[in-house]
Amino acid sequence: MKLKKTEEIFFKFLMYISVSFITASLFLIVFSIFYKGLPSLSWEMVSETPKGGFYFGKEGGILNAIIGSLYLSIGATILAMLFGIPIALFMNVYLRKYNRFVNGIRFFLDLLWGIPSIVYGAFGFTIMVMLGIKTSLLAGIITVSIFILPIMVRALDEVLKTVPVGLFEASLSLGSTRSETAFRVFLRQTIPGLATAILLSFGRAIGDAASVLFTTGYTDHIPTSIMQPTATLPLAIFFQLGSPIEEVRSRAYSSALILTIIILLISVISRIVSAKYNKHRIKF
Amino acid sequence: MKSKIDIKNLNLFIGKQQILKNVNVQIPENKITIILGPSGCGKTTLLKSLNRLTDLYEDVKVSGEIIIDNEDILHSNQDVTAIRKKMGLLAQRPYPLPMSIFKNVAYGIRISDSENKKTIPQRVEYHLKQVNLWDEVKDRLHSPASRLSIGQQQRLCLARGLAVDPEIILADEPTSALDPISSQAIEQKFIELKEQYTVVMVTHILRQARRIADYVIFMYLGEVVECGTAEEFFSNPKEERTKAYLKGAFN
Ligand SMILES: Nc1ncnc2c1ncn2[C@@H]1O[C@H](COP(=O)(O)OP(=O)(O)OP(=O)(O)O)[C@@H](O)[C@H]1O
Ligand SMILES: [Mg+2]
Repeated sequence: MKLKKTEEIFFKFLMYISVSFITASLFLIVFSIFYKGLPSLSWEMVSETPKGGFYFGKEGGILNAIIGSLYLSIGATILAMLFGIPIALFMNVYLRKYNRFVNGIRFFLDLLWGIPSIVYGAFGFTIMVMLGIKTSLLAGIITVSIFILPIMVRALDEVLKTVPVGLFEASLSLGSTRSETAFRVFLRQTIPGLATAILLSFGRAIGDAASVLFTTGYTDHIPTSIMQPTATLPLAIFFQLGSPIEEVRSRAYSSALILTIIILLISVISRIVSAKYNKHRIKF
Repeated sequence: MKSKIDIKNLNLFIGKQQILKNVNVQIPENKITIILGPSGCGKTTLLKSLNRLTDLYEDVKVSGEIIIDNEDILHSNQDVTAIRKKMGLLAQRPYPLPMSIFKNVAYGIRISDSENKKTIPQRVEYHLKQVNLWDEVKDRLHSPASRLSIGQQQRLCLARGLAVDPEIILADEPTSALDPISSQAIEQKFIELKEQYTVVMVTHILRQARRIADYVIFMYLGEVVECGTAEEFFSNPKEERTKAYLKGAFN
């Protein structure tokens, strides 16, 4: 009895330690971004493209990278959704019967998830060379969407897996087809989770530097077509951070702050949207 | 007596375990057939195989014949959704669809009849009245079905099943979560429904079976021990196991 209590206390202690460790490091990161980024954050930073001496600490902002990153990651997320949602539904509605096979697919996707994004970048670059495409927004969108597809499918799959077989049976026994069941029942039941899964993929897309390093190029202009190269926030941070000039390095932190705020905004919006649908979810 | 469903030599395995053992029964048209039997004897499994829900599981092997309207549905090349539309299955545990109360019933209506969109509200009302749910939900038709109580969900699922306009109703303990008054209303409804439908119902309540059954199937450990008209079955059971069950020997 006493032993049990000690055990309980011990594990509680362990839990508190790890929770506070994680929270503390999270706060530290956010704090240092704010601390170093806030001073040079200005309206100019988010509303202007780099001017002549920007990389030496003169006027201009990173609007090109903000817009470029948004174009790139929204494009890549939509492209990945076009493939990812049907794949995840197919795995859970059509292949539900073949559990072992689906687990094989899951294993394979998990492997792809583990591949560093630089490899996807190199892969995208090889394909670009083969097809003769120059560094462009399009090449970046394709590469990033390939890179986030396994992440998105697995995240969607984890959510769709939670649909109970009884609900599946209920829909089929009404005489609906599998695709009606997939789109009208499975999607509706899991919308909040799906939004989170898509958001997770979006976060990966907007935050990744390595996959766009060779594929999107970099420019001070806002792209006007998907065939043009584009700047992205992670690369903007990377380039500015490497500068010997103090002022430019501090702008790198304010760029990171902007990236963080974008991700925060999008996650809040998706929460609001998914809360609207959450009430229809059948709870078990 | 005209039979609607004719089950011949039905065997069902899940993995290596045999769940249904050589089931041979005929289910009469426009009658209420009650399936009785202790828990775990395979009643739900039998209902699900009538609806081909057994297709959903990899390790389920079914053999034999289930003939409905001169067609063996187990080996038919007819579209399985068409087979399922003929039957409204009311599962043991209610699963409303993740949408509003109104849309749950409308979902069933749209499957049976995708035209006549204008009449949908009236028909939703009609089906909800049929299952005695209308008065409770008429002011919140557009609120989520997930907020209904289990007993209300059970009746909603019945309304949804009826909305598909089936020929056969398969009901797995449809009154298990209902109070005596609502149960009786549902029983009454089934008695009315048998004019147009063939009703197959699983129940654990012997008194309920006595009240409404025309025909009884008694199962035990995956076998059909005895089947026959309700009168015969209750007044003059032949098998020892039936007698023991009716006396309450196994739950
Ligand atoms: N998916 C499954 N996998 C393995 N065994 C199953 C599965 N479904 C049912 N069984 C087994 O089949 C047998 C019959 O189950 P079934 O649900 O048909 O019983 P039941 O007569 O409906 O019981 P109850 O009155 O408790 O609902 C049980 O032994 C059960 O364990
Ligand atoms: Mg059962």
